[in-house]
Amino acid sequence: MIPPTFDYVRPASVEEAVRGLAEGGEEAKVLAGGQSLLPLLRLRLAFPELVVDVGRVAELRGVREDGDTLVIGALTTHHDVLRDPLVRRYAGLLAAATATVADPAVRHRGTLGGSLAHADPAGDLPAVALALDAELVAAGPGGRRTVPARDFFVDYLQSALAPDELLVEIRVPKAEGWGFHYEKFHRVAQAWAVVGVAALVRRDDGRVAEARIGLTNMGATPLRAAAAEAALAGAGDGQAVARAAEAAAEGTRPTRDTSASPEYREHLARVLTRRAVLAAAGMG
Amino acid sequence: MTSTTEREVGRARPRKEDAHLITGQTNWTDNIQAGGLLYMAFLRSPLAHARIERIDVAPALQRPGVVAAFTGADLADGLGSMPCVWPVTEDIVMPAHPPVAADEVRYAGDPVAVVVARDRYAAADALEAIEVDYEPLPPVLDLEGALAEDAPLVHADKGTNRCYVWPLRTGEEFDAVRERAEVTLKRRYHQQRLIANAMEPRAVAVTPVAASGEYTLYSSTQVPHIARLLLAGVTGIPENKLRVVAPDVGGGFGSKLQVYGEEAVALDVARRLGRPVKWTESRSEGYLATHQGRGMIQDVEIAATREGRLLGLKVDLLADMGAYLMLITPGTPLLGAFMYPGIYKMDSYEFTCTGVFTTRTPTDAYRGAGRPEATFAIERIMDDLAAELGVDPMELRRRNWIRHEEFPYTTVAGLTYDSGHYEAATDRALALFGYDELRAEQRKRAEGQDAVRLGIGVSTYTEMCGLAPSRVLRDLRYAAGGWEAASIRMLPTGKVEVVTGTSPHGQGHVTSWSQIAADVLGVPFEDVEVVHGDTRAAPQGMDTYGSRSLVVGGSAVHHAAVKVVEKARKVAAHLLEASEQDLDFADGVFSVKGSPEARRTIQEVAFATFTSHDLPEGLEPTINAEHLLDPDTFSYPHGTHLCAVEVDTETGQVRIRSYVCVDDVGRVVNPMIVEGQVHGGLAQGIAQALYEEAVYDDEGNLVSGTMADYLVPSAADLPDFVTDRTQTPATSNPLGVKGVGEAGTIASTPAVVNAVVDALRPLGVGDVRMPCTPERIWQAVREARS
Repeated sequence: MIPPTFDYVRPASVEEAVRGLAEGGEEAKVLAGGQSLLPLLRLRLAFPELVVDVGRVAELRGVREDGDTLVIGALTTHHDVLRDPLVRRYAGLLAAATATVADPAVRHRGTLGGSLAHADPAGDLPAVALALDAELVAAGPGGRRTVPARDFFVDYLQSALAPDELLVEIRVPKAEGWGFHYEKFHRVAQAWAVVGVAALVRRDDGRVAEARIGLTNMGATPLRAAAAEAALAGAGDGQAVARAAEAAAEGTRPTRDTSASPEYREHLARVLTRRAVLAAAGMG
Repeated sequence: MTSTTEREVGRARPRKEDAHLITGQTNWTDNIQAGGLLYMAFLRSPLAHARIERIDVAPALQRPGVVAAFTGADLADGLGSMPCVWPVTEDIVMPAHPPVAADEVRYAGDPVAVVVARDRYAAADALEAIEVDYEPLPPVLDLEGALAEDAPLVHADKGTNRCYVWPLRTGEEFDAVRERAEVTLKRRYHQQRLIANAMEPRAVAVTPVAASGEYTLYSSTQVPHIARLLLAGVTGIPENKLRVVAPDVGGGFGSKLQVYGEEAVALDVARRLGRPVKWTESRSEGYLATHQGRGMIQDVEIAATREGRLLGLKVDLLADMGAYLMLITPGTPLLGAFMYPGIYKMDSYEFTCTGVFTTRTPTDAYRGAGRPEATFAIERIMDDLAAELGVDPMELRRRNWIRHEEFPYTTVAGLTYDSGHYEAATDRALALFGYDELRAEQRKRAEGQDAVRLGIGVSTYTEMCGLAPSRVLRDLRYAAGGWEAASIRMLPTGKVEVVTGTSPHGQGHVTSWSQIAADVLGVPFEDVEVVHGDTRAAPQGMDTYGSRSLVVGGSAVHHAAVKVVEKARKVAAHLLEASEQDLDFADGVFSVKGSPEARRTIQEVAFATFTSHDLPEGLEPTINAEHLLDPDTFSYPHGTHLCAVEVDTETGQVRIRSYVCVDDVGRVVNPMIVEGQVHGGLAQGIAQALYEEAVYDDEGNLVSGTMADYLVPSAADLPDFVTDRTQTPATSNPLGVKGVGEAGTIASTPAVVNAVVDALRPLGVGDVRMPCTPERIWQAVREARS
């Protein structure tokens, strides 16, 4: 549990951090809350030559409003996210899912930006970002660019960030009036989700007008359950929701590990999607 | 003065140990510092089975900070084979077990080299420079397959993977009772491998004094005395030059009832370099290289009448030894051999255990050691039999258990249970649980086709504790005795030092032993200190495991204290110019019968023996008393555990809704400590039922190699336990105690699995393999429905 040798810098600003990353090139890694990177280092599964610790970049913390958008600093801890009044009001799904992340110790250290940039499909928040249609803002040597969540998660543990880019903000469209629920299935409290389903539902006249479903741990990246979303439109009762949820695993490619086979994960995706949508729609 | 002070035994004293533990003023082995200290790191085999074609540590020596590096061959002239002290049969196969493998590796994690460096970072880095060429050999993973004629061999020189066959036949022939039985059931149960996960990983430090050839070994061990004896043998260091210290030790659960190769290597490296060395394992390293528990296939057959009277039991075990025989690897399954009949009367019992070598981490004791497996098998098959006969599982137990008026009772396995009251514990448990109400709810849910079913699990267990009468150990071919030592020193100021041969690592012996001694001596609890875990300060002992410490070690403390009072009485009588028979002794005061003003406190007597100015003729100065206790028999805690689970038949998720246990551990010295033991034991037993498993892939790699995959439940996953006790004192020791360290673990696993199966039985599910994971339950329901 001893990391390999690496160089370490602790920039005070985004510009300094980006410079550091640019100098480190492919061999640089960003350290935020350390809840993903440090275990990788200690297990010697990652061998960066440079660690850029952004923990002191104050401008990356906090939540603010920007018109119809909520702007969350990438370095905002899970603990701060789930207690933030703006997040609770406009992005309740994020607050609800964040409350299920690991345990209080991890939530006090881990950051929203860190868990998105880590791009672990078993993490709870990538699927939530997908369901929320969030946008991720990256700062690089050439300035800032905005990446929609659906383009951000490229492959297993691989995001759209270039090696010299730093995730600085998460922009979430305000979703007032949407019902939400995060249904996490895990074997012990602090364990990763075997499968998780993030559901946002807008109802109109007692029917599901629109549903957005993010799936945790159903493939190499977090996924949207597009077929189920389409099938849910117009669903007016529990049975209709259940029928639509049968499509939840379409297009997924879940993995096999000590907790579940792909087949079982597909089954869970269907069951949990039904439950999440019913809860989000207030039909449960 | 009358005897009005509250007796210590029975009081929920907060533990003396806790203040320093919870404020971080601890002395873990990893905290040991010494001038010129060097750090060791072990390179371990990435393969389950391979020949070492070439190994070169020279490149590691070029790395900065590296002082030395050794291969198995380098160490072979300094170290012998690691010992196994329990050759259970005359013809047992005992392979060599070098502390560092030289020619062949036999499990993923088998050490092949050790690097010694100025700091632990340099040592870890240098491991990557060692060059090893492995020629892969076929792994041996399947217990039945390993016994096939053409199976690849773990130890080619032995010609077989069969380590031993150990039979026990008692009572009538099983074939005969099977003939006349109206009902017979045959079941196969799997005991998965478990990892103990002590909070503190293993650690060892050695400080040598080169000039005198003396060595102090600090180790996170349960067994400093056993370690001293055996490490002297492995290293050739004379026993009287070797001091072993178990400083603060953060849990063991059997995993530190071991003498490890790393300890031997630390001694040898310190000897070779003349420098102090230290090694602390990481969690994932421990998963590979700390011995594991359980690992067994159990074939169980039970025979009964139609009315549900048990006739006989037949048990065939295949026990996974792993790659080598460690301290008590072969004997561990046999600790359960006498316990399969449990609390039940029957006419016939046949037991056979076959030990099998595999290319996995060696197994050895893990909390309960053989007895949880036995209890699981009998309690699971009792539930299956009840279902077969259509009677309530508790009613079937009532029809067969030993009634309280039948004690002492000699079971079919030949053990004489001295005391117990199964009816009382069960009645109390049923009342606390609300058994009938839960059964009604269960029926309602089943009738309503509710997706979430309710299941009720029963476990009425007993266990064999207080290891162990030395002559019984002889009969079982164990190489040592089972006695325990205690000595007590009354200091000149009246303070008391208790020296114990037990070696606590979380059990609170300092507190409990203080309570025992304070009661007998009549001194304040606060005036007693307990010395342990250092072979120089506490030179004799058999250490801590198998729920033995209170029963054997605590009783030894009691006897030693009685001896102190006996001597003090002689001195007091002399000082008071009275005869011994005319003295009363209460609350620490000797007084002359009829003239209570003529009195001496035991502290005053202690001071008088220190000055020694005026002692009775022939009496030696000071009061030190020693007692070495070899128990006559075992003790038999028992109890009734009831578990209600909700099983989501759609997802397979299990939620424990309520858990009630009523344990009878005899007289209770400290109720708070007992409660803590029960809670921790339940958590570990439930963990086996639902969560934990050391999973290996087809190549023999440990897949559940970190705590992300090896799921240890936390408080968040467990229900509020409802615990209570009945107290039927043991008759075999002066304290009336029975032991509590393993009770919760032994009883809870079958209670939980029985509950899961009970929930699913109406759907056609008869068993779920442990751990009862959601996917396994989902599969079982699916198969039953299709």
